[in-house]
Order: sequence, then structure tokens, then C-alpha cells
Amino acid sequence: MLGLSAKDTRLFLIVIAMVAFAPFLMNPFPTDSAMAQFNAGYPDLMQRFVIFGIFAIGFNILFGLTGYLSFGHAAFLGVGSYAAMWVFKLLGMNVLPALALSIVLSGLFAVVIGYVSLRRSGIYFSILTLAFAMMSYALAYSVLAADMDGPDQQGMLQKGLTGGETGLQLTLSDPRVLGQSTTAEGNIPVPNLFGIEMRDATELVLGNWAFTFSAGYYIAGVIMLIAFYISIRIFRSPFGLMLQAIKTNQTRLNYTGLNSRPYTLAAFVISGMYAGLAGGLMVAMDPLAGPERMFWTASGEVVLMTILGGVGTLIGPVLGAGAIKYMENILSKINKDTLYEWFSFMPDGLEGLLVTMVYPFVGKGWHLTLGIIFMLVVIFLPGGLVEGGQRIRGLFGRKKKTETDTPDGAKSPAE
Amino acid sequence: MSKSNFTRRGLLKTSAAAGGALAAPTFFSNAMADGHAGYLNAPQGSSVTLGFNVPQSGPYADEGADELRAYELAVEHLNGGGDGGMMNTFSSKALTGNGILGKKVEYVTGDTQTKSDAARASAKSMIEKDGAIMITGGSSSGVAVAVQALCQEAGIIFMAGLTHSNDTTGKDKKANGFRHFFNSYMSGAALAPILAANYGTDRNAYHLTADYNWGYTTEEAVRTSTEALGWNTVAAVKTPLTQTDFSSYIAPVLQSGADVLVLNHYGGNMVNSLTNAVQFGLRAKEVNGKNFEIIVPLYSRLMAKGAGANVKGIFGSTNWHWSLQDEGSKAFVKSFGTKYGFPPSQAAHTCYVQTLLYADAAERAGTFNPCGIDEALADFQFDGMGNGPTLYRAEDHQCFKDVLVVKGKENPANEFDLLEIVEVTPAAQVTYDASIFGGELGTCNPGA
Repeated sequence: MLGLSAKDTRLFLIVIAMVAFAPFLMNPFPTDSAMAQFNAGYPDLMQRFVIFGIFAIGFNILFGLTGYLSFGHAAFLGVGSYAAMWVFKLLGMNVLPALALSIVLSGLFAVVIGYVSLRRSGIYFSILTLAFAMMSYALAYSVLAADMDGPDQQGMLQKGLTGGETGLQLTLSDPRVLGQSTTAEGNIPVPNLFGIEMRDATELVLGNWAFTFSAGYYIAGVIMLIAFYISIRIFRSPFGLMLQAIKTNQTRLNYTGLNSRPYTLAAFVISGMYAGLAGGLMVAMDPLAGPERMFWTASGEVVLMTILGGVGTLIGPVLGAGAIKYMENILSKINKDTLYEWFSFMPDGLEGLLVTMVYPFVGKGWHLTLGIIFMLVVIFLPGGLVEGGQRIRGLFGRKKKTETDTPDGAKSPAE
Repeated sequence: MSKSNFTRRGLLKTSAAAGGALAAPTFFSNAMADGHAGYLNAPQGSSVTLGFNVPQSGPYADEGADELRAYELAVEHLNGGGDGGMMNTFSSKALTGNGILGKKVEYVTGDTQTKSDAARASAKSMIEKDGAIMITGGSSSGVAVAVQALCQEAGIIFMAGLTHSNDTTGKDKKANGFRHFFNSYMSGAALAPILAANYGTDRNAYHLTADYNWGYTTEEAVRTSTEALGWNTVAAVKTPLTQTDFSSYIAPVLQSGADVLVLNHYGGNMVNSLTNAVQFGLRAKEVNGKNFEIIVPLYSRLMAKGAGANVKGIFGSTNWHWSLQDEGSKAFVKSFGTKYGFPPSQAAHTCYVQTLLYADAAERAGTFNPCGIDEALADFQFDGMGNGPTLYRAEDHQCFKDVLVVKGKENPANEFDLLEIVEVTPAAQVTYDASIFGGELGTCNPGA
């Protein structure tokens, strides 16, 4: 299908199904149960899953294929965000022009940074990209945030190009030449796709379960599927093979008389454009662009996502992005009272002990949990979550041979 | 999920799901617009959920922890637990300890990490997942401004916690956002006369400013009000928010010929910069024939505690202090102290008061609809909350009340008794015209 091999088609179909049914898959627990805490099927988080999925897919095209570890990819995320914000402020609230400019601008930015950084490889490349990203962060945080209107003006540039640490925001006085500055009710208009507002949502209530279908999520989801499809095609193309050759042995490639830099630069730019698209989508879902999006921790996060999921695999980065965002948003919200509620059936002393033992790993301590999981994955599953999945499938595969004659033998492998 | 291995049971399940999906329109209700209520997240059932979004990590984690304690106390009081705290001294008697509008108050918490993005993500999950009807908290103006904008877009009320920048109710004011805390302008206006009386009108000031929204407006406010007295500003240097060692910023102060150092720092920043300044012997110096002085425009007890003996004799302003002797403050300090064993900080005070004010507004409006709350709080006058008579101004949703000028105590009696009140600047002296900071309030957004 679509020029994909049977195996890739199956993978792509699985991803399509996961994206389409995510509102169900992410909300497995009834809303009034104690486990509802672990439901992740609300629009904001599902949007984050697919947006960071795009970011990680793009990062994987560079890191997974060429082995160049960029430690400054968040810069492109930020550039994409600011570009989209300015389209919202100047042109109008349709997301398509905003996303287009995010991709183009971050692509241009990637050409410049890539051209300089790719003169070195290995750790030097990482440090160069990190330096560029931190420079962009500093620019966005203070330099470009200086009042460009003059002190007595209250115009659009009173907070500079980037809005500094508060971030770039929409205001009621933005021109929005192709749309309206203010809605009839006197509010700031909402990002939309030809009238479909990103925050539109319908809720399906089935008994104790509630599933939310958000327009913004499905739009981001479709874009993620397109990004994923392009990534498969790049992986399977001669260009992708060339990138893998660079990863395997760049020196040998150079000795054969081949100039590898155009290939690495192309991969860098493509991956920067993916990041820009993700940045643009982030502000389409939540119109605010802040400089901390470009901070080195944000760049580190995408490295974690890719490694956690599985470097160089197609689906790995998406899984890694999902896992990290899930922990950040769900684990960090568990507070002491929630824990007391869970363990309330235990005797008092034991309850207190359990809460004291679990508490450091949830709430603000979610980083600790993430760190432990990351260490375990790197040590025991060097191929990331994808390798974990393969091992589990391997287990079931063997089981299948021995249990085919049981009545529900066909059910086990289907899970 | 594998695509192969179709079974009869699997097929039945799929058909059932498909049938459910076809029949779905009857189950669908618009998640974002609850038809009969007319506003977002209208409480269903017997409880109402508030969202407490505070920094639990990062430079303001101490403030965040104290804010959370205050929120928990406020919820307890609203639900009729404890001794009722300031509900007994509050001039409005709409609250009865029976929750809000008869609904039991429940809450969810989140970590802002003192980052706009993280704070918005956390607030969004409270709105979308937990159905919070109001978001409150924040210990940084950048975060407050970002979350306030989100709440305006979503159609939820935002009751700002500790945020001192002019912008929160100035340039970036929003119809759905309300602030009880004072701001940089008020600090400047309250501090200037005291500084003139103590240090004279012929001074050279050197500013160290935290490089973010709040730092800028505080520096500007202090500069404007001290320059009006005849002071001269020698230099203003920005320091990164994440800075922990300020030695390299302090050294140039000595060469600049300045005789006053203004530290526009808050939280951990201020603790470190003040400690560095004192270690460099700044306060023992004599420049231009005058004693070198240090000023901290925004003070809090938590900061004074962190800086220890270094705060002795240093002037600053604060929103509230636990040693105030009015009935409201005494009641609050008593119930907070009984529950946690130490007196509350100003961050805790403002968060507690904001929660009560929201509950009271909902009670008086008879609805949780943001537009109703908006109307109930506009130009609302109240007393008994620790700051004397207070006005919630309709034009910018800012509270106007007395400002405290404080000084680090020379001989503290205990570890909490670190600040002494020098003067209570009357509200009239710190009131300004709502239009001076620009910005547009917009109209209330009920989200549906």
C-alpha cells in the first residue's frame, strides 16, 4: 500500500489505528474509579502525545539514521512556535499558513545551524548544536524580547519579537488582516482549520466511561500520520540507505570519493523541519510560545524520548514520546492525598509507611521515576521499548506453537 | 493489536463497537459546552473541583509548598472543618462552611515548575481532565500571566497567587483573572518616602534585577519612585533567574561609586544575592561619606529565613505579615499555626484569601459562571482579611489595600520573628490610574 512493503504497511495501519482509537485506548478506567487518575485520554495530553511524536520522529531521522546526536533540536521547536504565533497575530487564526511558515522558517534556521555544526562530528557536533540552541534561547529570553516600539508606545512590539520569559501571546489588538482581531463576544479568536476550532470536542459517555474526541487532536493526529509515512519512505529510500551508511562508517564513505555532507545536511534540515512543524502544532493547540521551549532540557527530552523508545526504529520515538509525556502529566499530578486515598484500606501504620515510600516517586518526584525507568531500559533493553515489545512478542510466538490446540489459543497472540 | 487472527468473538466485539459508534449521536454531549449550564465545567453532582497550580520544584518551591498548605486550609474551612479561620472575620458573611453553593469543595494539584509551558500544561489537564472550575496559584509573574491567558481562552476563572509584576493586572490583564497581591508599582510608591526619610534624598543606586517580567517592572517602579525623590541610578544589571552565585555581579558594585544596592530579586535569588553582598562587606562600607545600604523591594518571611542574619536592618515591602494584630490576621495565623506548627508566609496568606474571595463571590453570585463571579468581584469592597479595607477594582481586577514597609529585625525573638513592620502605607497613597499600564481587560469568557 502506498509504496510500502507488507511489513511497513502493517506497522502503518497499526499506527493509524492507535491514533484513531487513542481516545478509547487512553481512557481504560471508568471516570469515577480510583484508577481514573491514570486515564490519559484528555485532549491536551493526547495532543502532546502526537506533537512530541512528530518531534521525536524527526529527531530520529537525524539521530537514528546518521548517528549525529543533535543536542539543540529544541531550537527548531521554538522557532516553529514563534513563527506560527506571528502568523496568528498578523494574518489570522487558520492553522495551515501558520504551520507552513513554521516548517519553512525552522528549515531555513536548520540550514544555517547545520551548515556550521556539521563541519564537525561526534561530541563536537553535539556541543555546537547545544551552543546554538542556548544562543537561540538567550535571544528569545532577553535580546529579542526588548521593547521595540519605544517606551511610550503600547503596540505589538512592546514585548519584542519573542515576548521574553512570559512568552509570546495573542492580544485583542493584534491586526489579523485575514481574520478578525476580536470575536463578537469580545474574546481572542481561537486557532482553527477552516472554521473547525482546535478546542472543539465532543464527549461520548458509555456507562461509567467517558471518551473525549477533540478536533485539535485529530488534526494533529492526521499530520502525525503524514509525518510518520514520510519518515517510513525516507527510511526505505536510497537516501535513507546513504544516511545509514554514514552512521555505519563515514570515513570509509568519504574514502570512496563520496561527499557525505550534503546528505547529513539534508537529514539535519528535514529533521529541523519536523521539529518546526511540532512547534507550530504546539501553538496551534495552545497559543503561547515561551523561550523555555528552546532550553537545553527540552533538547535533552527529545533525546530521551528517542532512546527510550528505540533509536533507529520507526515506531520507537513515538512510543518514547508517549511514555515521557504520560509520566510528566499523569505521575506528576499524584499528590499525597491521592496516595492516602489509595492505601486507605490498609492499617494506619502500614498506610503511612507505604505513602512515605511511594511519595518520592510521584508528584514532583516524577523525574526520579523517569530516571529509573530510563536506566532500566538502557541497561536491559538497549533497543528501547521496541526491543521490549519484540521480546514479549517472541515469548508469545513460542507459546503459540505449544498452545494452538487450546480453545482460545488464537486469542493470546492477538493481545 | 494485531490485524490478523479474526475470530468469531472478535468479530462480534468489533460489530458491537461499530454499532455503538453508529448509535453514538444519542450519547454525544458537547464536552466543551454543557448546554443547560451555559459555562465550562459546570459542577455536576455534589462537589466542585478547584485547581491549585503551584511551583513544587524550581526556585520558588518553598513558596509553592506554603501556598499549597494555605489552599488545603482554605478548603478545610470552606467545607466546615477546622476553626473557620478568616471566614469568621471576613466582612461578607455569605460563606457558611457548607462548601460553595452547597457543593463540597474538592481540589487537584499540579506543578508549574516555574515554567510557562509546564504551568499551562498542568492547568489544561486540570480543566480538561479534572473539570476544575477555577485555577489558582503561581509564584512567578511569568507563569501567572501565561496561566491567566489560558484561563481567559478556556473560560475559567483564574485567581492569581503570589505575583507581584505590574503586568499581571496591567499590560496582560484579563477579564477572567483576579489578583489580590500587591504589585511593583505599589512597592515603589510605599518604599520611596521611607527610604528618603532614612537614607536621605541624595543617593546613588545600583540595581541588580532578575532577568524576567517581574524583575523589569520592579526595577522600573523603584527607579521611578526613587528618582522622583532626587536619587540617581548609577546602573541596572540583569541577572539570570537560574543564577545561584552573584559574586561576579556584586564586585562591580563597589567600583561604581553607588552607595545603595537595590536587589530586585525574589525567593532563592534574593537569598543568594543578599548573602553574597553581605559577604563582600558591602554593608560595612562607606561610600560618598554615607553608609552603604541594601534594599530588597519585595520581602517575604521565607526569604528572610533563608538569608538569616543578613537581613538585619534591610528595608523592603510586603503584602502581609503574620505579626499583624488585626482580627483577620490573628485568626488566620492561629488556624494555620494549629494545623502546621508555624506561621504562614505572605504567599500562603494571599492564596488563602483568594480562595475565600472566589468562594464568596460564587456564593453571592449564586453561580459558578465566570461572568457571574466577574460581576460579584467587580468593585467589591471587603474587610477582615488581614489588610484592612480592600477594594477589588473593576477596571483591572487588582486589589487596593494598605502596603507594609518592613525591615529585617535586629534582635529576632524566634526563627519566625524576622521582620518588623516599619510603616503601614495607606491604600490611597499607592493607588494609581488603571490606564497607566495599557492592556485591555476584554470581556468575561464563560467558555461555552
